[in-house]
Amino acid sequence: MSVTTLNCGYVPLVDCAPLVIAKELGFASEEGLALNLVRQPSWSALRDMLALGHLEAAQMLSPMPVAMSIGLGGLPAKVDTLMVLSVNGTVFGVSTALAADIGPVSFGDANALLNALSRRKGKPLRIGVPFHYSMHQLLLSYWTSAMPDLRIEEITVPPPRMADAVASGFVDAFWVGEPWGTVAVQQNVAQIVMSGRDVWQFAPEKVLAVRHDWVTDNPNVARRLMRAVYQASAWLDEAQNKHLAVEILGRSEHLSVSPDLIDPALTGHIVPTLNAHPLKIDRFLQFHKHAATFPWRSQAAWIASQLGADAAGIQKAKDCFRSDLYRQNLAGIGADMPGASEKKEGALQFETAVASTRGHMILAPDAFFDGRTFDFTTPFR
Amino acid sequence: MIKDLRILIVEPSPERVREIVDALSKAGWSDVKAVAQISALERTVRDFAPDIVLIDLANPDRDMLEHISHATETSKRAVALFVDQTDEDLTQAALSAGVSAYVVDGLKMDRIKSVLQTAIARFKMMRQMQSELDAAKQALEDRKTIDRAKGILMRQRNLSEDEAYKLLRKTAMGQNRKVIDVAHALVTAADLLS
Repeated sequence: MSVTTLNCGYVPLVDCAPLVIAKELGFASEEGLALNLVRQPSWSALRDMLALGHLEAAQMLSPMPVAMSIGLGGLPAKVDTLMVLSVNGTVFGVSTALAADIGPVSFGDANALLNALSRRKGKPLRIGVPFHYSMHQLLLSYWTSAMPDLRIEEITVPPPRMADAVASGFVDAFWVGEPWGTVAVQQNVAQIVMSGRDVWQFAPEKVLAVRHDWVTDNPNVARRLMRAVYQASAWLDEAQNKHLAVEILGRSEHLSVSPDLIDPALTGHIVPTLNAHPLKIDRFLQFHKHAATFPWRSQAAWIASQLGADAAGIQKAKDCFRSDLYRQNLAGIGADMPGASEKKEGALQFETAVASTRGHMILAPDAFFDGRTFDFTTPFR
Repeated sequence: MIKDLRILIVEPSPERVREIVDALSKAGWSDVKAVAQISALERTVRDFAPDIVLIDLANPDRDMLEHISHATETSKRAVALFVDQTDEDLTQAALSAGVSAYVVDGLKMDRIKSVLQTAIARFKMMRQMQSELDAAKQALEDRKTIDRAKGILMRQRNLSEDEAYKLLRKTAMGQNRKVIDVAHALVTAADLLS
């Protein structure tokens, strides 16, 4: 098999791990791929480079391919999601001043936190998010829309500057991917008060994205890339591999932050305030188990509906989450496949066994904080 | 005209800002502002309302700039971005994709004029397309209103469609107003009375 060089864009965050591991531990080279990971300064730059053909593949925020498919924001390119790279992994934090203002709220209680925030008087809350078309922003607006009186202002802040933005009072709170929440806590300028999964327990966070035309023209390379990333994600979810993963990720060419700051997200032990005891959070950041990598078409539909898409837009969104390619390309390496490509989002309160190609698989809870469910299998108005 | 352009530079290095400002003023553009800080960006974009924003492609503040443009309905604004590596293909691809002007050779000052002119040309084309689209949408809305007004007159005064339109036009001419304004007034009045 000849070696194919593949330029793949990423943004330095803990959840770029599947791409870094695929390269560093040789999962890519086993598939005959020389994975050239190209660090990107911003999500807009990454999107443009992918759309313009300077990157063959990229780690994207899960709403980005959906937004592009329904014609929102940026270049009108058709971009597909081959698989999900990570589920959950974000945190919501408040400045020290705001924490004092709202008083104690038990960690992860999304309803109590919402009530505490809306009791607060004064100017609208300024909340930092990394990008407009991000799961952070969708979860934030889904969560706060339950309390129409709570006035918020969404401010885009590059994640590495989130801690400074809180310290200077530029934002009152933030929703950010790790390690940047932990960085703000370690600088003693903020507290983490809940994780993304407290609003939606199984939110697709980052995805592996390619141009629609590219995957049509290069089905073989796409299959090899998917297999390499799939193997990397399986390796990452094994408990005994976490420490090595932390070390590899911390290397300067990838994240260039201290391993102490990467460890909490990978092991699911989040330190909410400086010097506090770490809280163990199940599935804080999931790479592989519970069909985490499967691109559910219903996840795309939920994203599109939150972006205000109509029925046609929701269909386009579903089409760009390529569960068809996932089934076709990963069945050969023993990946278990769910019986359906859509599920009722938010319906699972507990771990649940469902039919799969190899018998049955366990899906993780995917409930929303308010108990709502979303069924996009029937025609949506 | 091109001379009236407001240009905002997003660049943390004061030296580089000075170079760009010099190059711009040599090219005849003097309505220029520079910001270094993310916190200043939002306010400045709102207050200064630049026609063109210059930002290095490698600058992470770009996501924020996009969000501001999106939120303030200024997506028609041209954003010129500078790339640090020489890549003619990339420039061509970006220009034909129609979002930004990517500049080769980083910030080569001798090229700033031609690059900005390209960005401006694109900006004008986009604005033209947008205003044509807006005009088409407006025309459609106007026709709907006039149709409703005609319908009201046809029912209430027992007129034919042609007569109803003639009455609208006569009234408009008599009051020195546009047909659409009279139609609007009629539709509003009918809604209030119904």
